[in-house]
Amino acid sequence: MSLVRSTLLAAAGLAAFLLFWEAMPRLGLINPAFLPPPSTIPPAFLREVSLGIWPEAVLSSLSHYVAGLAAGAGAGVGLGLLSGMSRSFEAFTAWIVRLLRPIPGLAWVPFAIIWFGVQPSAAVFIIAIGVFWIVFFATQGAVRGVDRDLIEVAQAFGFRSPLARLAKILLPAATPGILVGLRTALGQAWMAVVAAEIFGVPGVGQRMMQASSLLSTDIVVVYMLTMAALYGLFDSAFVALQGWLLRWRA
Amino acid sequence: MGDAIIDIRALSLAYERGGQRNVILSNLDLSIARGEFLVIVGESGVGKSTLLRVLIGLARPSSGKVRLDTRPGCRTPMALVFQDARLLPWRRVIDNVAFGLEGSGLSKAERRARAAEMLALVGLGDLARRWPHQLSGGQRQRVAIARALAVEPDVLLMDEPFSALDSFTREGLQDELQRIKAQTGKTVLFVTHDIDEAVTLADRVVVLAGSPGRVAAEVRIDVPRPRQRRDAALLEAARSLRGELSRRSADL
Repeated sequence: MSLVRSTLLAAAGLAAFLLFWEAMPRLGLINPAFLPPPSTIPPAFLREVSLGIWPEAVLSSLSHYVAGLAAGAGAGVGLGLLSGMSRSFEAFTAWIVRLLRPIPGLAWVPFAIIWFGVQPSAAVFIIAIGVFWIVFFATQGAVRGVDRDLIEVAQAFGFRSPLARLAKILLPAATPGILVGLRTALGQAWMAVVAAEIFGVPGVGQRMMQASSLLSTDIVVVYMLTMAALYGLFDSAFVALQGWLLRWRA
Repeated sequence: MGDAIIDIRALSLAYERGGQRNVILSNLDLSIARGEFLVIVGESGVGKSTLLRVLIGLARPSSGKVRLDTRPGCRTPMALVFQDARLLPWRRVIDNVAFGLEGSGLSKAERRARAAEMLALVGLGDLARRWPHQLSGGQRQRVAIARALAVEPDVLLMDEPFSALDSFTREGLQDELQRIKAQTGKTVLFVTHDIDEAVTLADRVVVLAGSPGRVAAEVRIDVPRPRQRRDAALLEAARSLRGELSRRSADL
């Protein structure tokens, strides 16, 4: 299929979807309070922006997102490297991992609130836990999979310390695998943002809950689409960064 | 031997796996003279590569001694060229060549300058900014040679470095290696299973045979360089080596 044809089809599909969505409440098939037609979304968005609510909620959520992602991914990469490099560390932590790994990130919400209160730090904590395991296992696996032959090259040239092995071979060789984990984490973290804020930490999630309790479903949709757009933006930026970092690949 | 740069005495290497004892090398004696081009030939499994791995420190001998008479204080008395080039794919060609110089106290600019010199020596000065995946097999192996030479080793160890290349590229690189050897005066310890390659390159050929491998024969190739590949003396040396090898394997 040519690019033009597939683009046209995609646009037609989206138009049909929006038309169907617009028609359902307009024809009285669904109560507009339960499903606001798409034509009401741009005005609702402009209202939120002009009231200053949208920028504030987005900035607040972004700060949780970035801090939680950095903390969770940082810990995941660090401990994943250690666990990938050291069989002893892996053995030592094997049962701890088995114990903690299956606990869903959201099950930490009660403790997040007890430890941090309904504060941004609680949201950061939930998000960090949500991404930690993904990045940890991706990193550990990537380090484990590094070609032994390349490690020998470092040894043959006299780089024998674990730190030299890490910096010269393991980290660069594991980068493709680590980046795959990070990209998954990028999406996972948005889920955690909403979940964490629904409990009252200011941000997009909290605003959605407020709006839904007032049955202002158009505002709910505004923030749903806001998140889709932000995720798309971050993911595209990440893919570009990934392409640049891995420009050495065939 | 008085002027030996490497003196190997009673070297043995064995390991246990699954309750079975595998002896790779047993009581090997070998001396390499300074500036010599020594080629070790033998069938697969006689421990040729293992010997190089012991010398570079990738394998630990069970017993025996290796005495080195290299420059005092030299950080890298030996450098190894692997059979597969083993370039680091995330580094550009120039930074692959500079790899072994990291930690030598040279600045990045000095390392790059040295690497550029070595690339020019192997005839790849123009490809410094390429990634390894953009090179042909022969070019990759040249980069690996430049990487080994960059650390200024006293001895260049080469583990069947041309065996994965097509014969045309292989002969080109053999000539290149002889030129580099003449230019740098390095001691070269070269392992191969290709007898024609051995006689073309070597000042002296040592035949390893048996399991565990031991020195089965030794031939000095007194043919002046640059050598003609079809030189009658080289062909004769190859013929006698082949006879030696088949006699040895028949004995076992």
